[in-house]
Amino acid sequence: MDIKTQLEELKAKALGELAAGGDGASLEAWRVRYLGKKSQLTEILRSLAGLSIEERKEVGALSNTLKIELDAAFKIAEETLLARAASSADAKDTIDISLPGRPFPRGHLHPVCQALGEISSIFTAMGFQVLEGPEVEWDYYNFDMLNMPKEHPARAATDTFWLDAPPNDAGWKMLLRTHTSPMQVRTMEKNRPPIRIVVPGIVHRYEATDATHLSMFSQIEGLAVDEGISMADLKGTLHEFARRFFGTDRRVRFRCDFFPYVEPGAEMAVECGVCRGDGCRLCGGSGWIEVLGAGMVHPNVLEGVGIDSKKYSGFAFGMGIERIPLLRAGVEDIRLFYGNDLRFLRQF
Amino acid sequence: MKCSLKWLRQYVDISLPPSDLAKLITAAGTEVAHVEVIGGWDNVFVGQIAVIEPHPNADRLRLATVNLGAENVTVVCGAPNLVIGDKIAFARAGANLLDGHTGEKIKLKPSKIRGVLSEGMVCSEMELGLSRSHEGILVLPPDAPLGARLADYMGDVIFDLEVTPNRPDMLSVLGIAHETAALTGAAVREPNLDFIPAGRSIDESISVEITDAQLCPRYCAGIVTGVKIGESPRWLKDALTASGVRSINNVVDITNFVMLEFGQPLHAFDYDHISRSKIIVRLANDGETMTTLDGVERKLTAETLIIADPDRPIAIAGVMGGATSEVTQGTTAVLIESANFKPSSVHNTQVRLKMPSEASARFERSIRAELALPALRRAVQLMIEVCGGKAAEGLIDRYPGRKDAAAVLLTTSEVKRILGLDVPPAQIEKTLVSLGCKVARVSENSFEVIPPYWRSDLRLNADFIEDIARVMGYQSIPDTLLSGAIPHQEPNPMLGLRLNMRQVLAGFGFQEVITYALTDRPTLEKGMNSPLSPEPLHIEHPMSSEQECLRTSLRGNVLAALAANIRREEGAIFLFETGHVYLPKPGDLPVEPEMLCGVLTSTGSEKVWRGRKEPVDFFDTKGAVEGLMAALGVGVNFVESQDPGLRLGRQAAVIAENKFQMGVLGQLHPRVTQAFDLPDNTCLFEINADVLLPLATGTMHYEPLPKFPAVMRDLAVIVGEGTSHSQIVRIINGFSLVKKAVLFDVYSGKQVAAGNKSLAYSLTFQSADHTLTDTEVDKVLSAILKKLADELGATLRS
Ligand SMILES: [Zn+2]
Repeated sequence: MDIKTQLEELKAKALGELAAGGDGASLEAWRVRYLGKKSQLTEILRSLAGLSIEERKEVGALSNTLKIELDAAFKIAEETLLARAASSADAKDTIDISLPGRPFPRGHLHPVCQALGEISSIFTAMGFQVLEGPEVEWDYYNFDMLNMPKEHPARAATDTFWLDAPPNDAGWKMLLRTHTSPMQVRTMEKNRPPIRIVVPGIVHRYEATDATHLSMFSQIEGLAVDEGISMADLKGTLHEFARRFFGTDRRVRFRCDFFPYVEPGAEMAVECGVCRGDGCRLCGGSGWIEVLGAGMVHPNVLEGVGIDSKKYSGFAFGMGIERIPLLRAGVEDIRLFYGNDLRFLRQF
Repeated sequence: MKCSLKWLRQYVDISLPPSDLAKLITAAGTEVAHVEVIGGWDNVFVGQIAVIEPHPNADRLRLATVNLGAENVTVVCGAPNLVIGDKIAFARAGANLLDGHTGEKIKLKPSKIRGVLSEGMVCSEMELGLSRSHEGILVLPPDAPLGARLADYMGDVIFDLEVTPNRPDMLSVLGIAHETAALTGAAVREPNLDFIPAGRSIDESISVEITDAQLCPRYCAGIVTGVKIGESPRWLKDALTASGVRSINNVVDITNFVMLEFGQPLHAFDYDHISRSKIIVRLANDGETMTTLDGVERKLTAETLIIADPDRPIAIAGVMGGATSEVTQGTTAVLIESANFKPSSVHNTQVRLKMPSEASARFERSIRAELALPALRRAVQLMIEVCGGKAAEGLIDRYPGRKDAAAVLLTTSEVKRILGLDVPPAQIEKTLVSLGCKVARVSENSFEVIPPYWRSDLRLNADFIEDIARVMGYQSIPDTLLSGAIPHQEPNPMLGLRLNMRQVLAGFGFQEVITYALTDRPTLEKGMNSPLSPEPLHIEHPMSSEQECLRTSLRGNVLAALAANIRREEGAIFLFETGHVYLPKPGDLPVEPEMLCGVLTSTGSEKVWRGRKEPVDFFDTKGAVEGLMAALGVGVNFVESQDPGLRLGRQAAVIAENKFQMGVLGQLHPRVTQAFDLPDNTCLFEINADVLLPLATGTMHYEPLPKFPAVMRDLAVIVGEGTSHSQIVRIINGFSLVKKAVLFDVYSGKQVAAGNKSLAYSLTFQSADHTLTDTEVDKVLSAILKKLADELGATLRS
């Protein structure tokens, strides 16, 4: 039998044995038998000594190929065996993965704070600086300087918590600010245009609390003053805010409205998110939800802080924050925001 | 202001559907809150009772034959006031009506009543939805057109307008007509004000003196004699009813009608009850009294502007008339007052006497003095027409406070500057003219504009520009973004600190709450467990005793929120609030430090698999504060403290950088837990963020990574009960090779002698310049032990 035939037979036998399967020990015996130092392949190679150079070359190449083939076959068999062993071990040590995970405590930020933060950051991105002001104010800043002098009907109509404190030397009276607008005046007193600020904060109105009214609520105020600021900028800026906050596909609508410290005055409404303009319970059937009041800063306000209203112009806006999560999540009773019931707060 | 479409149409043609008109007026600045359609009366017609016969089968019912013009129908009717020849409202089958008893909506069906077919129904006011009256049928005026649809004859639309404080003109039907005309391009037909005087000269009958032109810029009056007081004609009653004003008698109704028409409040006096033919407009004397129309005796003050005759006050200016000069059944001569009063004076009086009225609402919004005369003419004219009187020759017109509206110079460039929209000069002119302004071209691009006599809110450029914009519609203004340079910004570190604190605490499982800034003294006191110092700022007129003052501490409110929640669930609850407290400062606004208050409590154990089992305690609280401060990069230590709201010996002051006390933490004092009905183990921490702010700079410190390996050793020592962990650790940390000392066990019990405890530390030794040998570490360890023994009497626990 020539060496070639011997090699063929060896290959057939070895692969046949491997295919028959076995455990780790039999696989190791197979490796020693066919790939070890004393394997049949080694013996065949040793017997090459008596052959011619050409024959030696040919058989050498054949036997090398065989060795590579057997090596590869061995590795596959070994991996198959390991994988089978591993999976049978796992099957004996499983867990009920449907059991709940170990609880990590999770706190929630208050929904009003979340909305305030989100709105502030939208305006920050448009170049507005976030400022805060005192919650206890002088009527001078809350009314007088906002074009609501002592006997202005709008001032009388604003239900105000007055504090039981003597007026200061200038005769100013102390109150809980009824809006965040006093910071418009405080900012313009100290800074010249260009000015771009937003002022979030707590405000108070002397109003009985019910499902849609609170005596304390949060507002965010905006003010931009510079040369050449127009009502078109007001509309564009607030429309952009609405796009970023409510979504790019929500329509907005401006209508004329009155606030003593702006002229022209405006109110912005956003298309109702529930009915998309068709009218539903949330929007009172109108399809629109009033979101904020705005307008061009009244010339009297600018002149009051010594800003030339012929040269500079500006816009201001203010919105109540409680309405926002109210509108987004459909909360029907505004009192829930300050009731501090965890069953409510944990939903945000 | 309720405005009837029918009335409005007398002055302006309207082709728009009512709901579209309402939208237009709303967009232009006056919200139409509600549009009420009166008479959705399909299948209801004007009929006339032709024949009345008894019902064959029922004594209390009758058969009526109703003439509808083109045909006669028969109905069964139970109404007592059925009279042959009366015009009535007849409903055919299919009409939508209200049930005469329940008020529910019904659709009329043909029916047999006691065996007789009724072809419809003769309606009561209630069935038509006009009133609650269902006793008898509605009898229409004799001139009602036979066979006409009732909706055409009697239907109307009522607009309910929410008028802003700047627009008193919108509190008048004529004002609304002018607005409508401007918005729709129609023209206004103003009412005719002519009348023929027939009496003697008015100057012989009355003289008027105004003592203060500021308080009363104008006083007009007319006299009508020979009036017959009686019921108002239907058109007058209907007009008042549509605006929600009750009919009283023809004279009073006319004054109200003209007020609703022009927006100028009027008052009618019984001329014969004005003493000595003289009217004086003056301030009352302190203590002077008068009985007003409602029969109440009012005490007047020196700030009250009154109308008086030489003997006594006869009216409170702009607020209410007096009883003595009231128009009554016996009145034959009437003096009509049409005056202008200072808005703030009327407002203050109205508030002081708690007597808001339709009249004061108009005066407070500052109506134009120019309204007084046309309104007076209209009233005199109507009184002649309706009450059959004779007007005196001439009218009184005292006008000491005359100030004509100044012309305003408006340029196209100014319009463009404010609106951001190029409005052609011709359009500016046309728009302003449509609003009733007088416009004179000064140049190609500028105008002199004078507002119409009914508008008091047009004074500045900006006012006219708003009117141009709102008539054109705000949708015609483009949307642009700010194009100027972004201004410099000053850092506002509190925003960042607050956000960090909130996020870290939420990450630890704390729920954020917001409580009211207004609270009451008991809550504050209970939370602090000490008398209040300083005394909080009080509200002048609190709405309720629970909101009487401004909080000087967050504690009470946050603990109350905790108590409310603990009743609803078991387990651990962590809450926090960041917010201002308000500390009074003499002569100035209060200081408003920003405080952080966290509370922790637990009841039972969390009923959750693998959930927290141990009750909340001091060390949870301290851990939260330590973790928070670590996150903020602020080094803190804790020293014993004596906060009255916390348990002595279970509380600590939070000290930053060894010198700044920025808060306290600890277990609540038992009196506090009792006061709020909280578990004994409830803990609290409180940090003054204003103190924290300059320390929480967020600066990062970098330390190079160690080059040489660390050696770990455990050390357990026995010390007396009174020795603290911090005493031990301070000594250990005093050795320079000690990199870290971590406490991992505290034990007292059987295995150590009574009065002692054992503390075990895991120590890390490391050198910056060489690899430590065991001998070196052992040497340091024994030096540590020796020092602990010398200074604290510690022994090694073996
Ligand atoms: Zn909707």
